[in-house]
Amino acid sequence: MVELLEHMFWATLGTLRDIAPIAVILLGFQVLVLRQRVSNLGRLSGGFVYVVIGLTLFLVGLEEALFPIGETMAEQLTSSRMVGDRQGAPDWRDYGWVYAFAAAIGFATTVAEPALIAVSLKAEEISGGSLSGFGLRIAVAVGVALGVALGTFRIVTGTPLPLYIVAGYVIVIVQTTRTVKTIVPLAYDSGGVTTSTVTVPVVTALGLGLASTIPGRNPLIDGFGLIAFASLFPIMSVMGYAMLIARLKSGKS
Amino acid sequence: MVNSGDPAKKPRLSLARLRSLLKVLTGSFRDLVPIIVVIAFFQIVVLREPFPDLERVLVGLVFVVVGLSLFVQGLEIGLFPLGEGMARAFARKGNLAALLGFAFCLGFGTTVAEPALIAVSAKAAEIAGAAGAIADHPDSRDSYATQLRLTVAVSVGAALVLGVFRILKGWPIHYLIIGGYVLVEILTAFAPEEIVGIAYDSGGVTTSTITVPLVTALGIGLASAIRGRSPLLDGFGLIAFASLTPMIFVLIFGMVV
Repeated sequence: MVELLEHMFWATLGTLRDIAPIAVILLGFQVLVLRQRVSNLGRLSGGFVYVVIGLTLFLVGLEEALFPIGETMAEQLTSSRMVGDRQGAPDWRDYGWVYAFAAAIGFATTVAEPALIAVSLKAEEISGGSLSGFGLRIAVAVGVALGVALGTFRIVTGTPLPLYIVAGYVIVIVQTTRTVKTIVPLAYDSGGVTTSTVTVPVVTALGLGLASTIPGRNPLIDGFGLIAFASLFPIMSVMGYAMLIARLKSGKS
Repeated sequence: MVNSGDPAKKPRLSLARLRSLLKVLTGSFRDLVPIIVVIAFFQIVVLREPFPDLERVLVGLVFVVVGLSLFVQGLEIGLFPLGEGMARAFARKGNLAALLGFAFCLGFGTTVAEPALIAVSAKAAEIAGAAGAIADHPDSRDSYATQLRLTVAVSVGAALVLGVFRILKGWPIHYLIIGGYVLVEILTAFAPEEIVGIAYDSGGVTTSTITVPLVTALGIGLASAIRGRSPLLDGFGLIAFASLTPMIFVLIFGMVV
């Protein structure tokens, strides 16, 4: 209990430190440049307090409950017990559970990502409800799942990262010319939104675990890149989702 | 219901509030179901191991659900109205330099102290030291990490300036982003191999959970305050710039240092 309280205390300090520069900038510009009274100041500050307390509880809970298991799991799945102890070059077929875990955890952490919830709330509101916030989040989560799974495959096979990213960009460019125009900015945004509080720690642990257990991989170099996959693939899946919806609608009418 | 016969407004209001809070709580729980299922499945079926400290896990989950619910409520009453309100105030004021200055400060200020970025730049300094790009010494690693961190923070500031300018001008976003991709590809060919992975990852780590809602609200607020701009077409996209420019700046950083 004492341990938990101590953890809470440090987590609150951490969130306050994160929010401090934002508060200083907002206040500074409000007072020095805009120079007007903020309406509803009490309500707004109440919202800020909610955000700080909410984010703190969220992080403490994750660190208590899920991160330790998730990280141990990533290590265990990549250990020789799960993938067999082969000599020489690794065979990518031995890592089935790793890809499955990568996809599943990528999907699951993205659905719970607070920043994505924020953007999808706004998107649903702005589109007047024609775009489903939940549908958008599922589309992004599917993208992250595919991306992280492919990223682990890349670490296992040791193929160069730029190859995949450049190919991904080409697909994004082709999709951009064909999809519904209004989805494009949102799709580009969803790439950056997916990878924050929940996804990064677990996915990073997976990458580092893989790179340090597979012979011939250097964790310092090959451990990186999973986040890049997790930011690129949602762009494709969101545009794909919009194309699918448009096709379904035109089919109905 | 104790208060059901009371005609006073207060209890009715608080009941409605309670109901909306309950709705948010169940929503948050629904968002967490996939993580619980995935972890339980892999723990029990694949790894065949018992749950360590189940009680602690359950307490943690309650924290997560309550925390997420409060965060979402705080967004609606705090961060969103604030971001949009400031955007409208800037648009009314019509001072372009002040708006762009605000955008830069917001990008730079929120990124420079970002814990994920501090971790990544320390890792990057380790790699550069091991690869012999810099002297493998704590001092030179520290200064390398700090420079990298400042580079990324400046790039996010620049991204928001560019993104806000785009909203004002109404330029279509895909020309800029695709142009950025092409630049990333060209730079990749010339940058040292060790920096490429870090550069690609740096785009994802810069946008934190508090920055995203605020920046999104800023973009949408600007797009709805300026005549002729569509919030959906022009309002979104700031985050996309903030994820793209760090890649470009870090690749260049790797070539220069």
